Amino acid sequence: MHIISPIKISLKYLLAAKFRSFLTILGIIIGVASVIIIMAIGQSAQALILDQITGIGSNLIGVLPGASDENGPPATAMGISITTLKYDDLKVLRNGKDVPEVIDGAGYVLGTATTEYDGTNLNASFQGATASYINVENAKVGEGRFISEDEETNMSRTAVIGFNLKEDLFGGDDPLNKVIKIKDQNFTVIGILEKRGSSSFGVSSQDDTVFVPLKTAQKLLLGIDHLGFIRLKVRDASLISFAKENIARTLRDQHDIDDPANDDFSVRDLASAVDIITKVTNVLRYFLLAIGTISLIVGGVGIMNIMLLAVNQRIREVGLRKAVGAKNSDVWTQFLIESVFISFLGGVIGIIIGIAISFVTAIIIQSLQYVWPFIISWQSILAAIGVSFAIGLIFGIYPAGKASRISPMEALRYE
Amino acid sequence: MSLIQIQNLCKTYENEGVKTPALCRANFSVEKGEFLSIMGPSGSGKSTLMQVVGLLDRPTEGKYFLEGKDTADFDDDTLADIRNKKIGFVFQSFNLLPRTSVFENVELPLLYDCVPDGKNREKVMRALKSVGMEHREKYLSNQLSGGEKQRVAIARALVNDPEIIFADEPTGNLDSKSGLQVMKILQDLNNMGRTIILVTHETYTAEHAKRIIYMKDGEIVADDPVKNRRIADGTEEILK
Repeated sequence: MHIISPIKISLKYLLAAKFRSFLTILGIIIGVASVIIIMAIGQSAQALILDQITGIGSNLIGVLPGASDENGPPATAMGISITTLKYDDLKVLRNGKDVPEVIDGAGYVLGTATTEYDGTNLNASFQGATASYINVENAKVGEGRFISEDEETNMSRTAVIGFNLKEDLFGGDDPLNKVIKIKDQNFTVIGILEKRGSSSFGVSSQDDTVFVPLKTAQKLLLGIDHLGFIRLKVRDASLISFAKENIARTLRDQHDIDDPANDDFSVRDLASAVDIITKVTNVLRYFLLAIGTISLIVGGVGIMNIMLLAVNQRIREVGLRKAVGAKNSDVWTQFLIESVFISFLGGVIGIIIGIAISFVTAIIIQSLQYVWPFIISWQSILAAIGVSFAIGLIFGIYPAGKASRISPMEALRYE
Repeated sequence: MSLIQIQNLCKTYENEGVKTPALCRANFSVEKGEFLSIMGPSGSGKSTLMQVVGLLDRPTEGKYFLEGKDTADFDDDTLADIRNKKIGFVFQSFNLLPRTSVFENVELPLLYDCVPDGKNREKVMRALKSVGMEHREKYLSNQLSGGEKQRVAIARALVNDPEIIFADEPTGNLDSKSGLQVMKILQDLNNMGRTIILVTHETYTAEHAKRIIYMKDGEIVADDPVKNRRIADGTEEILK
């Protein structure tokens, strides 16, 4: 028994009743296409999220005021203001001696205030930043310059504005050396940051923020002397766990804490955030995959239905084949190959449609300026091929068995 | 040793507990090279007899020896193998595969040959030539006339060079001219040494054989040689 012959036969029957064939394999097409799309979009979405996190820097460590459970949210996230983190802590952490793994660090205070230029009022986010912000956050200055180290502490009234804020506040005007008002205090614009794109988590987008020197923000705009948080850049991502230990030890020295249980700070790195997000997106993907699988099973039932119909319609053909020497196993193989072929064909069409839709989705999302790579993994294609093959096999067994048991004499008499 | 030997053969169909005897105590034998007609009215059991002798069905009682071997000892696969190599069937309704070329229809038995010898094309063309249909090899079965379809069906029956050809009402769906052509082919095949077993309800068609078995109500009522055998050589009057 040749394999080509049953494939040719099923093609003939498929082409003879095109619309019915289309409906038969539609279930498989939808199932396979949705599996491909889910896998592709899931991977792209994960890539987008991870890109945003690693865009900030995978070798960053965050130091937050107040103790917190390693996996729970930091106390500051609950709106509690904790004042334990100071500018001196930042200085010690980035001095290169106590924590040799740290190559740079930035201190942050955040707030919102009315920002005004030439009659235009905006309620904008402001950030008290150190000069090291640019290096730590991998930010780029588009025009002018960023806050200098001297300005960090000398109460200088300079400001650097984010890309969107420049548009909103100045429109077509050149903002450099113009004076803006933040909380009714005058600041001179010394630089504009390059467009960064989507926001980083929990912090308003750099593009919508105005940056002022740290001390100026603390004293003049907020009236505080503590830091919101510190970000430290480690020489290499592999050193993060060493660095975290050294940072904690150094801060305990700084804060005269003997027992780690009494820590008034917490040290976090992005690896754990990446890990959590990967887990969440994976769970979501598997859930969607389960829905795709249900559609494939429904498709399989459709194939079984059509194959049972085919057995009845072609009962005389089965009789003839047996009369000319086909064994039960030959008939069984033929109907099974047909069922697998139909399902496989649906799988191939589904893969093509799935890839096409994923590609168009990627193009549309990319056109909205998001990092959305077009990812089709070999695993998802192999899985789709494997699953459609298996469905044809599983749902073809019963009709094939039924066909093979037909008595040749009864089949030839069938009207 | 007879090619076919039938002893007290019975066949009873059972459907939802209702038993219908179709064949009772049939006894006869067929020698190699014979041309036998099984004749009888509709419902006389002639087709059942052909199906049992053609190994499409098993008897409920009695013995059937093919080349001296008891066919009751054969399993389904062996029966399929014998049908493939030793037996060719020609049916009243042709039973060609729809939307399939003449070539592929004739090739069908060769696809189930356990030992393919790579000479399928040669065999198919030889079979088609023997029925004068070689020029239609690429035609689809539904593009042929009734007579042509039956000739293709005969080619299919011949392609594996079988010893016995069973023809069940082969002229039943044909006009008289085509019917005559079919009978001529069957007589020619018999003249070349093949055993032909023909089932028909027409005396005229049956008289092309050398011997006629008459059936009635599932039983063989007569088994006679044909005294004035008809020869389908184109000179005789048109069938019917």
